[in-house]
Order: sequence, then structure tokens, then C-alpha cells
Amino acid sequence: MLLLLPILVPLIAAALMLVMKDRAKILGLAASAITLVTGFFLFVNSSCIGTKTFFTVLDDPNITFSLGMTGISAVMLLLSVLVTFAALWSGKCPEGKEALWYSSIMLIAAGANGAFLSRDLFFFFSFHELALIPTFLTIGILGRGDRKAIAWKTTIYLALGSLVLLAGLLMAVQYGSGFDMDSLQVASEKQICIAAFLIVGFGTLVSLFPFHSWAAPAYASAPAPVAMLHSGVLKKFGLYGLLVVGFQVAPEGMQYWVPTLLVLLLGNIIWVGYVTINQKRLDFLLGNSSVMHMGYIFLALAALAADPTRTIAVPAAVLLMFAHGISIAMSFNLADTIERKTKTLELNRLGGLAKKAPSLAFLFGLAAMASIGLPGLANFAGEALVFFSGFQNWDYSEGLGNVQWTTIIAIWGVVISAVYMLRAFRNTFHGATASSTEEVKDLHWCEKVAPALMAAALLIVGLYPNLLIKKITGEPLCSSSCSVPASTATNTEAPKH
Amino acid sequence: MNTSWFLLLLPLLSALIIHFALKQRLATLASYYGTAATGAAFALAITLLGKTDSPSFEWISIGENFSIDIGLKLDKLSTGMMIVVTGIGLLVHLFSLGYMKDDAAKARYFGNLSLFMFSMTGIVLADNFLMMFIFWELVGLSSFLLIGHWYQKDSAADAAKKAFLTNRIGDFGFMIGILMIWSFSGSFVFDQISSGLAASTIHTCWLSIAVLLVFCGAIGKSAQAPLHVWLPDAMEGPTPVSALIHAATMVAAGVYMMARFFFAIGTENLDGLWAMNTITWIGGITSLLAALMATQQNDIKKILAYSTLSQLGYMVMAVGLAAPDAGMFHLFTHAWFKALLFLGSGAVIYACHHEQDIWQMGGLLKKMPITGITFIIGTLALTAVPFTSGFFSKEGILHAAHEAHSPFLWVAVGVAALTTFYMFRLIFVAFLGEPRSENAKKAKEVGLVMWLPLVLLAGMAIGSPYVGSIIPSSEDFKPVTEVHPEDALFWYSISAFVVGLAAACVFYLGKKKEPLNIPLFANKFYIDELYAGVVKFAQDLLAAVVHFFDEFIIHGLFVGGLTRSVQGLGHSFRRYIQSGNLQAYALVLGLGTVLVIYFTAFF
Repeated sequence: MLLLLPILVPLIAAALMLVMKDRAKILGLAASAITLVTGFFLFVNSSCIGTKTFFTVLDDPNITFSLGMTGISAVMLLLSVLVTFAALWSGKCPEGKEALWYSSIMLIAAGANGAFLSRDLFFFFSFHELALIPTFLTIGILGRGDRKAIAWKTTIYLALGSLVLLAGLLMAVQYGSGFDMDSLQVASEKQICIAAFLIVGFGTLVSLFPFHSWAAPAYASAPAPVAMLHSGVLKKFGLYGLLVVGFQVAPEGMQYWVPTLLVLLLGNIIWVGYVTINQKRLDFLLGNSSVMHMGYIFLALAALAADPTRTIAVPAAVLLMFAHGISIAMSFNLADTIERKTKTLELNRLGGLAKKAPSLAFLFGLAAMASIGLPGLANFAGEALVFFSGFQNWDYSEGLGNVQWTTIIAIWGVVISAVYMLRAFRNTFHGATASSTEEVKDLHWCEKVAPALMAAALLIVGLYPNLLIKKITGEPLCSSSCSVPASTATNTEAPKH
Repeated sequence: MNTSWFLLLLPLLSALIIHFALKQRLATLASYYGTAATGAAFALAITLLGKTDSPSFEWISIGENFSIDIGLKLDKLSTGMMIVVTGIGLLVHLFSLGYMKDDAAKARYFGNLSLFMFSMTGIVLADNFLMMFIFWELVGLSSFLLIGHWYQKDSAADAAKKAFLTNRIGDFGFMIGILMIWSFSGSFVFDQISSGLAASTIHTCWLSIAVLLVFCGAIGKSAQAPLHVWLPDAMEGPTPVSALIHAATMVAAGVYMMARFFFAIGTENLDGLWAMNTITWIGGITSLLAALMATQQNDIKKILAYSTLSQLGYMVMAVGLAAPDAGMFHLFTHAWFKALLFLGSGAVIYACHHEQDIWQMGGLLKKMPITGITFIIGTLALTAVPFTSGFFSKEGILHAAHEAHSPFLWVAVGVAALTTFYMFRLIFVAFLGEPRSENAKKAKEVGLVMWLPLVLLAGMAIGSPYVGSIIPSSEDFKPVTEVHPEDALFWYSISAFVVGLAAACVFYLGKKKEPLNIPLFANKFYIDELYAGVVKFAQDLLAAVVHFFDEFIIHGLFVGGLTRSVQGLGHSFRRYIQSGNLQAYALVLGLGTVLVIYFTAFF
């Protein structure tokens, strides 16, 4: 039953919100607090939970509503509940739109949690679609700027991506053994085609180059909580999907596409990296940076595809997915705060904010440093492991292989991201105050809760990455596992609250 | 728990307490607390001197074969270096109590100073490459924060950014180097690298590439050409910071890292690596160029900054000549006397109400006798006058060059002459003669808390080589502390000193304005301008072009065209089914879902 809570609680809350419009925020907070606690409990105890089938939809082919947890989905669930709580807490809802605003957040959360917990391809895909619909609606109705056009573009783009993905999944089911995600296997001659569909489909959802250009405008236009949830959590669905579906269905197919994937991911890191350098607005800069950083996760996946014995690749990818999810959500949250305080996100109209709002500067600085991979914060551990995975089992007598070359070029991205992030930080927080920042007051405690929560997550994982890595690889962190009463286990690892 | 962990954790704790508990409200307490914590670290470092130990814990582990540990390595190299770091750190903290007394963000300053102490301790004690990289980046952060201490000033904010980015470029190579060493030797723990390399069949050419890539990290952190441009700009930070970070400790970390690395490989295995030659060249070029630039600077801190570059070039040269011990010895003596010179310049700047132009000073020796005399002692050590610390360590490097039959011996001697020339220029102009501005006329000696560190450092500037056991080096290194007049090298040094001093006397003694005018040196060979141009045209133009293509080709034509055609389709949908825009999507989704079931159920 516990497995149902992260899906049902937000769904029920969303339904209630439509009835009790003026209580929407309280309902949302309560629901996200419950999912946060449940999600955390599930994360700690994931290895004892296993798969549970609730009901059967169809007998032949066998579609069942079954949920379960692996180490990877435990990490993704933790990411999702953390960001959901932060997203619900932050952002300023326009008057009279509470029901739509908060129920959208709840629906996205329910969809994301469902997708990460599903053990059946049908529900895996459908839950993600469930989460996408409110994303489009909120951009179209509550978004900023040219919201209609952007909503259109995003919708069509992602819908097409989903269709390609659907086709890929459908073939996987057709040529394989049904919808059960624990037993996906396809004969090798079909794998190349399936892998291509999956890479393009999942890739579009993750803004793989050249299917990336929807992302930055969508995030800039979307209300902050939606941008946080989509960039932080929902986008990781595609990577999660490639990892748990793609590599199971078509390992040889993935291997076939490695050279292509390497070129595309360099497109993310280098091409989009330079696009990011040229951004003049903070929100576009953050949106593009999030596209860029997807390249690193693809790098880990490509390294794994090229050589399945690279044991570092999976923990590297998942750790970076978690870290990036938290850090980008935190950045969008704080960018939104900056915009509310200064009424602008144009980098050349900001300046000197550190003097006026030191806590804002500290928190934004932390998020920025996390995103450029400063050690001590989670992203560094992820990025470093990605690089190590690229060089794992390198046969140096053959010279540098294509994965190693790509890794080396990708490391240049570390410089690129420092260039744009420091430029953004310097223009926003350093220097003399601008007219937009003259009257700014520092953060109210209320505005600190969400970023502080995320900062704590980044720090804890960054200081001791084994907390997540052991979860991902399925090894016990210490000798005890299921025998530990849940309450004590929660206490020892609970500083996130 | 092993006591050496406290050495690492003490400054971290201090940084956290100052930043999050004391804050600007209790700034004075924060400053005392930070100083006391550093004092405690210094005491702890003394008790650990000469110990060998290596406690560690597992930080990341994946399966059986891959783990990254956070571990401390105590040996003569690291414990000696800890004395330098905490000792100079303590004196700089003391000096800062006076220098930063009235600063509006004193607590932030002391908090960041503690953060720096933490990161630097991590570099020194690291027992593996990845941990060193971790703290390597963290000193980069603390250096960024301290250079940008007065971030409202555009110049300080830009300098902080430049320092961070330039270091990142070096770290790009460093990271690749670490990956290669890990691939070749199967480990990045220093103690296991040499056995790993011995067991592998790696060609020396690959090893050379790896060494050179690791050295990239040192190029960035130790500000060697071509990445030297950040260090002079870093003088925007408060002067005590320049003394501690940008002269004595952090910038020397590159040399320390290379020494650690070469001791791990074994210096006897370095023969025949072409990378060594490159390292020597880079060190030599840096030391020569920087010395030339220093001769034409007017800002007292800039002169010292270029001098630091030049001396770091010396150390790197020694490293490249496969004599890391000589490099470390010079690092050790240089740390004390250069910290002295920087703090002395800080005292001068403080007394002259933040005047930094030496031509606006003059006659300071009479007004500030303690500062003046200690500054001259520091200068004598830097210019390698016999029996001072700098003399012995510089002789060590000359010997290394001589033994390797390297032409860089002549570079080293030439740089020594230049060093004497620009340092005595500084002394003649700033400390002798008549005061040339109101600020200089009103200057008076600084208080006890500021001159005491100067006196103690002056003691070390003379005596540091005689305290042989604290020199960070390999276990069996013995410093030479005698003068050998029968040796030809001795006379090379003496003649370099005499030539430099004579030239300085001729040109600068009693002068009121600059008699020489060499734009090439004054403008630092136009390297900064060149880089600014490269950044503008290569990076920003590239970014703009890429952005254009991304926006108009990929997004505009490819995606936009797709969107427009689907949009057209959507419009016709709407015309027929009278639905809103977004519901078209729901329809597609619904159809898709039906399709899945249809296909799987009926095919």
C-alpha cells in the first residue's frame, strides 16, 4: 500500500483542490509533506519492498498495474518528492488561479512518481504523459512572455517525441515478451531499430541535441514551480527510461548507436554550452545550462553502451541525475525570487545584489557552484564519476578510443559552464547596485525554506556520495539492511528535513 | 579518531561557526575566533611534525574494484608544508586583526580565510589525486571569495572571476591527467601509483602526456605562463590575503602537487620523459618574463606579484629538472620572505591611506622603521644575499640546473640579477628619498599586532633553512646551509646581485620620477590584451554564431517548420472539432494509447 501513496496522495489532493479552491495551498502542502515523508521512507527501505501487482488490465498481452522499487527508482523517487515539496512551497501564484496552479503541481508529481515506480511499460509511459499535460496547460495559461506560442511549440515537440517513443516501446513489446519491465528482451536483429526509436523518443524528452530547442523557452515561460518540476524531475524520466528500458530491451542496439550518441552529446555539451554563454537573460541561461548538462548523463550512458562492464557508468548517471535535478530546481526557484524582487532577469540590468540580499547571494551561489561541479556538492561527484566511467577499462595500447576522446572534449564543458555561471553570478550579485536592485530586501525566512532544503540535499550527497551510490548499486551502506527498524534508519539519515 | 583529522576539521568548523553563527553582528569575536582556530591548528601541526601515518575512510565505492577514499598522508613533505601553511596563516590572521579592523564585512573575511585554511590543509594532507583535486577546487573557491572581498568594486569582481576561470582551464588538463594516471596505474592513491606503473606496460610517451596534463593543474594554480594572467589581478584582494594565498601557500600548491606526484612516481623514473623538458621551459619562460614585467610596475603589490610569478617559475624549473626537493626548499624559504614582503607592503599601504603607487611614497624608512627594516630583510632574502634563506634555496636550484647541464642555469642567473634590480628599485623609490605625497608625509609606524608578524617573519626570512627538520621535502633531503666561495656558482650569484644592485643605484637612487620607459614590460608584453581579444573574438563571437545557428537554423527552420506544419494541422482539427489548442494534444495521446493496445492485442 505504501507504494501507492506517492501517486494517490497528490492525485486526491489535486481532485480536492478543484472543490476547495481557497484551501488549495494548504492541501498541496499537506499532500507534498506526506509524499516527502513516504518517499523518504520508501527510499530508505527500498531493498525490502519488491514489486507488487495491484490489478490486471489485460490478460493477453499482459498489462498489469504493478509498482515496485529498484535502487535507481528509489533515488529518482527521492528526487521527485524533494523537488515537489520545494516547488509547492515556492513560487507566487496569481490571484484566483490557485486551483489550477497547485493541482497542476500535484498532477505532475503524481505522474512523475508513478512513472518512476511503475514496473509495467504501459503505466510507465502513461504516467509520464499524465505529468506532461499539466505542464503544457500551465505554460499556456499561467506562463510568461509569448506563452501561447511557447506552449504550442513545447506541446507539439514533446508530443512528437512521445509518439516516437511510443513506437519504440510498442516494437519492444511486440518483438519482446510483453509489458513487464522486469523481463524485457528482444532478439538482436530488431534491436538497432528499436534503440533508434528509443534514443530519439527519450532523447527528445531530455532535450538531446538537436532536439533541444524547446527546453529553454519553455522553462523561461513556465511558472517557477513547473519549471522546477519539469527540468528537475520530469526531464529525468527520459534518462531513467533509457537506462532501465533501453539498456534492457536493446543493449546491442544501444551499442550500435554509440558513435552517433557521442556526437549528439557533444552537441549538448559544447554546442549548447556556447549557446548558453551567449544568453542575456538569467532564465534562458539556466534553461540552456540544463540542456547542456544532460550531455554528461548521456556520456555515462554512451560509455555503458559501448562497454557494459563499465560498472561506474550507472551510479555516475543516476547520481548526476539526482544532483542536477536538485541544483537546477534550486536555480529556477531562486531566479524566480530574483525576478519578483527586481522585476527583471536581464543580466545587464542587474547588479550588486549580494550587498542587498546576502542570503540570496549565498544560496544562488551555492546552486551555481553546484551546477559547475564544485566539489563538496553532489554534482561534482556525479560529473567526476562520469569522467571516470569514460576511462574505465580503457585499453591504452590502442590509443584513445572514441569514448575517451569524447570524455576529454566533454571535460572542456567544465570550463564552459564556469564561464557562463560566473558571468551570471558576477552580473547579478557583484558590482555596483543597479536601479532594479536598489530597493531589494533580503530573503524572508519563508523564501529560504525551499532553497535551503535543496541546498542541504546537495551538500549531504556531495559530502558523502556513498549514501546514494550504495543505494544505486544495491549494496548495503553498512552491514545492516532490512532488519533495521525504519524509524532509526530515518533518524540517522534525516538531516534533509 | 586520529588527531590528524582535527587539523583538517578545525578550520572547517571555524568557517562554519563564523559564517553561520557569529556573522557580522559579532565580527570582532569572529576575528579572534578565526585567529585562535588557526593558532590551534598551528600547535597541532607542530605536534604532528615528522609523524608518518595514513588514516582514511571510504568516500565513494562501486563494486569491488573502484573506490575513492578521503585519506590523509602524513610524512615529512606534508607535515613540513603544514607548518608553512598554519604558521604563515597564523601570522596573517594576526596581521589582519589590525589591517581589517574597520572593514564592513570583517566576519565574512575571517570566515573565508578559515575556509581557505581548510581547503589548503586538504591539498597538503591528501593521500590521493582525486582528493587533492577536490581541495584544489575548494582553494579556488576560497581564493575567488577573498579576491572578490570588495565585490562592489568592478575591478575586484572581475579579478575574482578571472582567477577562477583561468584556474578552471588548468584544471581541465589536470582532470584528464588524473584519469590517465588512474588508467595506467590502476589507482590514484599516491602510495600505489608507482607499483601500478611498474606493473603496466605503458610507453613513456603516454606517461609524458599524463605528466604534462597533470602539470596543467600546476600551470593554473601556480600561475605559470601562459595562464599567469590572473595572479597580478588577484592583488585586488585585501593585502593579507595576497600574502597568504597569492604568495606563500596556494600559488605554491602547484609545485607542492608536482613534488608529491614525482615522489610518488620516484624521481629516478623521470629520466627520459620529454615532459620534463617542457616543464623546465615553462618555468624558465615564466620566471624571465615575469621578472622583466616587474621592472616597470609602479603599484607596490603588482611588483611583488610579478616577483612571485618569477619565483614560482624558479620552483617549477627545479621541478622540471627532476629536482623537486630543490623546488620545495625554495617554496619553503620563499613562503616566509614573500609573506613578509607582502605584509610589509600591506603595512605601507595601510599607513599611506591605501596609496599603492611607489612614486607617491618615499622616505618611508624613517617614518616606519620597523616595517622598513623588515622589508629590507625580506628583500635581501629574495635577492639571495649570502646567509639569508633565499640564498641557500636559490643555490639549490642553480646546482640542479648546473648538474643537468641545462642552459636554464643562465636564465636563472639572469633572473636573479633582474630580481635584485626591481627590488632595489622598489626600496630606493618607496623607502628612501623624500616623501612625494601628502599620504606619505603623514605615514606613521603601524601597531603591535601588525608589526609583530613582520618581525617574526623577518626572523624566518633569515633563519628558516637552519630549522632543517621542518622543510617539506623527501625524507632524506638535507638543505645546504653553508657558503662555498670556492664554487663557481657562488660567484655567479654574487655577480648577478652586484649587477642588479648597481643598475638599480644608477637608475633609481634619488630619482623623483621614472627614468626608464619600456612600454613592452610595463604593459606585460600585451598578453592580457591578447587574451582579452581572444576571449572576445574566439569565445564570445563563437558563442554568438553558435547561438544564431541554434536559434534560426535548428529552432527556426527545423523545429519551427515542424511546429508550423503541425499547427496548421491543428488549426484544421480545431475547425472541425471546435476544440482548444491544447486538446489536440490530448487527442493525439488518446489515439496513441488506443494504438498501443490495438497493436499489442491484435497483432
